[in-house]
Amino acid sequence: MQGTAMKNEKFLNATSIFRSQATTQTSSKSVRGESASPVKKNIKIKVESFNFYYGNTWALKNIQIAIKENNVVGIIGPSGCGKSTFLRCINRMNDIIKNTRAEGFIYIDGKNIYEKDQDVVTLRRDVGMVFQKSNPFPKSVFENVAYGLRINGVKDQRVIAQKVEKSLKDAAIWDEVKDRLSDSPFSLSGGQQQRLCIARALAIEPRILLLDEPASALDPIATSKVEELIHQLKKEYTIIIVTHNMQQAARVSDFSAFFMMGELIEYDATSKIFTNPSNKITEDYVTGRFG
Amino acid sequence: MRRVKDKMIHGLFFLNGIFVVAILLGIFSLLVFTAFPAFKEINILDFLTGSIWNPDAYLEPSYGIVPMLVSTFMVTLGALVVAIPIGIGAAAYLSDVASPRVREVTKPIIEILAGIPSVVIGFLGIVLVGPFIAKVFGLSNGLNAINGSILLAVMALPTIISMSEDALTSVPSNYEQASLALGATKWQTVIKVKIPAALSGIIAACMLGMGRAVGETMTVLMATGCAPAMPKGFLDSVRTMTSTIAIELGEVAYNSTHYYALFAVGLVLFIITFIINMTSDIILHKYEKVHR
Repeated sequence: MQGTAMKNEKFLNATSIFRSQATTQTSSKSVRGESASPVKKNIKIKVESFNFYYGNTWALKNIQIAIKENNVVGIIGPSGCGKSTFLRCINRMNDIIKNTRAEGFIYIDGKNIYEKDQDVVTLRRDVGMVFQKSNPFPKSVFENVAYGLRINGVKDQRVIAQKVEKSLKDAAIWDEVKDRLSDSPFSLSGGQQQRLCIARALAIEPRILLLDEPASALDPIATSKVEELIHQLKKEYTIIIVTHNMQQAARVSDFSAFFMMGELIEYDATSKIFTNPSNKITEDYVTGRFG
Repeated sequence: MRRVKDKMIHGLFFLNGIFVVAILLGIFSLLVFTAFPAFKEINILDFLTGSIWNPDAYLEPSYGIVPMLVSTFMVTLGALVVAIPIGIGAAAYLSDVASPRVREVTKPIIEILAGIPSVVIGFLGIVLVGPFIAKVFGLSNGLNAINGSILLAVMALPTIISMSEDALTSVPSNYEQASLALGATKWQTVIKVKIPAALSGIIAACMLGMGRAVGETMTVLMATGCAPAMPKGFLDSVRTMTSTIAIELGEVAYNSTHYYALFAVGLVLFIITFIINMTSDIILHKYEKVHR
């Protein structure tokens, strides 16, 4: 009895956090459930009957989802439910895993990225990604951010310096590293390294940002900094964030998608998912009855 | 009882370790003590800076090792110029391009290449590479520094490829993923992320390959022509330190100055290879530290 009470409290906490955020939101975007249904206008990513296989394992089952521009979409679900797999399908990072197969359609700005003529290199320049474990290169802080520019053929040192500074500022880490640009990134703290990785992804100005549990290895203060950053970034980017922390999904996302066993169980405005989900399984999950 | 057994095993391994060190010190002291008498008659400066090696001269024998130092240096440098690009390229191919099946077959084959007796490689230098070089450059014979360089490159390649491949494979895969996710091509990822991250391992591999080339005897003895004069270029016949010792030590009068002088050459060679191996070891350790 006591256990359920506590879990309910946790759940209420999560929703109240969400509400306070929703009321401060000045964006004109509707957060009602209805807006989740595909609307032709400013749909950034549209996924249709998408399936994904690791060898014989059916990892993603018939996924349908439409994600609007400048929204933050949180993907939640128990471990192994396919949320990271789904994320990595959006920039085709799963291509580098042997023996995998994708079926169906993912449209970004109306173009199917699984079309034969799609160049994965250009796709990945448009769709940035930040990984669960921060993975700066063993180069200086500056060179880490400059890397994406250099491989894109930017030669002008002034342009590179400007863009590196802008990216570091956008990632809210400039003040902490501006005197240490030539240092090794491994001398930074975990949270700083992760924000550096975000800066690195921002430098090439993608349109979409994929975050794969970006804060799971961070302490609460570093986590709140990353979350704050996500709020800032959604003005310019469409963001999809995988998280196993439901409070985090409630805090940062406009829409939430609940995955389980490779299926998309429910996709709706975050307020609805966390307060009044239409599916019983979703309700059990967000209230902490399993997972 | 168990403690006694423990102590015995401990002592046994300690003895094994000491044994190897003792052998090394033994060789070193043998070289030093046998080389030392040479300098009763030869000025050590003349020995290190003299440009004529002619111990059998009737009136005034001279013992300058510069021609062989230069020869060794040329042949080694030539070998590295050939072997490093090919070796790193092959390592990058094996670690990043080749399918697992190809890698499984190719890597052992490359490692077998290291086991080919040097005399066989020298033989190939005489019958295959030599005539080819003579034809290309219009020389009377192809037994010269280039020939030696090519053969030594072949001998150093297995070490360089195998160790560089290990270094590239041990680069954490999340570097590669980060690079690919930024829209880098596979090539850009290998050249700008993986090779720099594996650089100290690759350098160590090249240093070990170099150690092999410096110390190699039979191949250079057979394929470089062995003229003791100061070489003027890569198309000249050269005689390295190793081949000088191999050629002359068998026929020299025991306990003569010439005999001691050859040991002095051996000591110099020992010091050079020792420094090379030490350096590569230090670089490798630094590399292990960087990668946590």
